[in-house]
Amino acid sequence: MAQVRVLVGTRKGAFILTSDGKRENWDVNGPFFGGWEIYHLKGSPVDRNRIYASQSSGWFGQLIQRSNDGGKTWEPVDNKFVYDGVPGTHQWYDGTPHPWEFKRVWHLEPSLSDPDTVYAGVEDAALFRTSDGGKSWHELSGLRTQGTGANWTPGAGGMCLHTILIDPVDPRRIFIAISAAGAFRTDDGGLTWKPINRGLRSNHIPDPTAEVGHCVHKIAAHRSRPNVLFMQKHWDVMRSDDAGDSWHEVSGNLPTDFGFTIDVHAHEPETVYVVPIKSDSEHYPLDGKLQVFRSRTGGNDWEALTNGLPQRDCYVNVLRDAMAVDSLDDCGVYFGTTGGQVYASANSGDHWTPIVRDLPPVVAVEVQTLP
Amino acid sequence: MIRIVLPPHLRTLAKVGSEVTVEVEGTATRNAILDKLEAEYPMLRGTIRDHVTLKRRPFLRFFACGEDLSFEPADAPLPDAVVAGVEPFFVVGAVAGG
Repeated sequence: MAQVRVLVGTRKGAFILTSDGKRENWDVNGPFFGGWEIYHLKGSPVDRNRIYASQSSGWFGQLIQRSNDGGKTWEPVDNKFVYDGVPGTHQWYDGTPHPWEFKRVWHLEPSLSDPDTVYAGVEDAALFRTSDGGKSWHELSGLRTQGTGANWTPGAGGMCLHTILIDPVDPRRIFIAISAAGAFRTDDGGLTWKPINRGLRSNHIPDPTAEVGHCVHKIAAHRSRPNVLFMQKHWDVMRSDDAGDSWHEVSGNLPTDFGFTIDVHAHEPETVYVVPIKSDSEHYPLDGKLQVFRSRTGGNDWEALTNGLPQRDCYVNVLRDAMAVDSLDDCGVYFGTTGGQVYASANSGDHWTPIVRDLPPVVAVEVQTLP
Repeated sequence: MIRIVLPPHLRTLAKVGSEVTVEVEGTATRNAILDKLEAEYPMLRGTIRDHVTLKRRPFLRFFACGEDLSFEPADAPLPDAVVAGVEPFFVVGAVAGG
């Protein structure tokens, strides 16, 4: 029977949750790297025992850990992230120039074909790549230097590159997103990049339809349709049908369209999940009710999924990398909260149960479906 | 033989006990002992000093013989008691708490 491995990054370590295909009984392993912030961990799609983890600390900086046995044991690999050339400046919160400074790795995206190749999205925003399993990292500096970088500004959480989507049909095409610069695309494997923010509207910036400056929180796509992208922006849920060349809003009947995370069903390309959050100044669900919203129409028409989720006195947040799906026939959906719960649904979101309730604040959730 | 006391998280990372010992050739300075420490325990690279500038990470301090050596030049000789192994060289993390 198939197995599911849920990789959970928290403010105080990593946890690995495993179950068989029924997804009813779970083993909880961890904490790994106890006391460290684990912004993300993710397994290689071609070698499921190869997992990479981003481990960081305000005291000791950034580490990258690698496992070759499905997370049982780990070894630190290279942690030297040095910008290519003279990095120059971006804009600080007050609009003054601020030098580019590496702070941490927010997201690790393993290659779809090579377990030794991994992309790393970092703060201050840049994209790095290793092609030797993490022994060395090199910046794909064409992103940072494509022309708008001097105008990028950090979001409240830092100027982080948090989303990396590799086109499964043409791996030279990669989408990334930065808070608060926007979305960008390369069609040549990372050599050159262009902003893809046409159609986004952000009323809190001086030019609401500017080429860059939008606080994109997360982008998701179904692997069968890499040109169709779904975005949770600071406010607004957006959709693109042309690989990001243009976007249109699909917030529809959502009770609030602020949020952080978004994901797509493993087998239904038009089924999308978001977790609406009250507002950008109140980072918790509306009315104390934790609700996942699902659209089966690619946006606009949304239904609340509440079965098994707390419907009173719930004031947690669900962060941008804290939702994932498995690829079993009845698609499993998972998300973690800043209250330390990891919820699972084995039926596309119709019913939820907590796998664990009392972890440290959850930052990231990824899922591996094992044969 | 120079004794170095690491903060608990770095002991776990390097899989060492409460003290690490290193030997350096020539004058024992802060940079010299940290260079040797990082050569013997490569996983510590970047965790005490910046990879490129070799500046002390901001939430860490260096102490020995009851003195704060954090702002001493990195190439200044360490105290004789540290060089002789009588006193350890402490890498200390800022206290965190409520």
